[in-house]
Amino acid sequence: MRLALLGRKIGMTQLFEDDNKAVAVTVVEVEPSVVVQIKREEKDGYNALQIGYHKIDKKRVSQPLQGHFKRAGVEPRRHLFEVRLDEVDKYTVGDEINVGIFQEKERIDISGNSRGLGFQGVMKRWNFAGGPASHGAHFHRKPGAVGMCVLPGRVIKGKKMPGHAGAKRVTMKRLQVIKVDKERNLIVVKGSTPGTLNSLLQLRKSHD
Amino acid sequence: MNELIRAIESDSLREQTSFRAGDIVKVYERITEGAKKRTQIFEGLVLKTSSSGTKAMVTVRKRSSGIGVEKTFPLHAPWIEKIDVVKKGRVRQSRPYYLRRLA
Repeated sequence: MRLALLGRKIGMTQLFEDDNKAVAVTVVEVEPSVVVQIKREEKDGYNALQIGYHKIDKKRVSQPLQGHFKRAGVEPRRHLFEVRLDEVDKYTVGDEINVGIFQEKERIDISGNSRGLGFQGVMKRWNFAGGPASHGAHFHRKPGAVGMCVLPGRVIKGKKMPGHAGAKRVTMKRLQVIKVDKERNLIVVKGSTPGTLNSLLQLRKSHD
Repeated sequence: MNELIRAIESDSLREQTSFRAGDIVKVYERITEGAKKRTQIFEGLVLKTSSSGTKAMVTVRKRSSGIGVEKTFPLHAPWIEKIDVVKKGRVRQSRPYYLRRLA
């Protein structure tokens, strides 16, 4: 129901708000995307826009996809994604959608893959409290007991344990838009976003 | 620094007189107390400048009734009116902390 765009995380900096407060902000580059296909209820069973992001050379796209882009009459893109939308009739194939759909002060949700942290213990991975660092304690960063006794006699599925942390899709909700720069295709949001520099992000308007 | 970040910051940067560590400067700071607005001047020695762009900071040290006082200002904050150089200093360090012991 909400129009979305893809972008690239550029990095963070600090700006001053109107009330003189310094805020940490993240800069995201949102290249103009293009409508590649419009899916309609009658034909596809649902209404949606298929949007392409980031121009690439034709050679980098498989032949079936080349045909898909050719039919739409647009240059090949690296990423294709769908946005479910009721008012698809407002758009035609080949329409450009740019960062201008977002306004300053507006709230948006940003999704992306978080930084991969590798194999981590329970304190970092699940925010367990751990034990005391000193005073003769022998229990520092261990998970502690993981189950009960003969009943049930096993560890319950889904028990929070050490393992691979990060590198999964994370959504930051209701980030405030500080600035929209249509000339440079940049959007500046308050706070941080998932992922490393240059990682792919999906931006969409928040629910009211 | 990434040029796109610099571009975003450039809109918020303010013209500033150049100075360096060891200089004596006057910092004009706008202060709002309730409805009243006034400008406070903090005059002292530049001990340290750090960071660049909108994050640039400057630490100024002065003696206030016999006690050394240091204050750190964000250079491009909207409430910093201006910074005047009173006297150019000559120090070899970029952070002349040894002056704390002397003054």
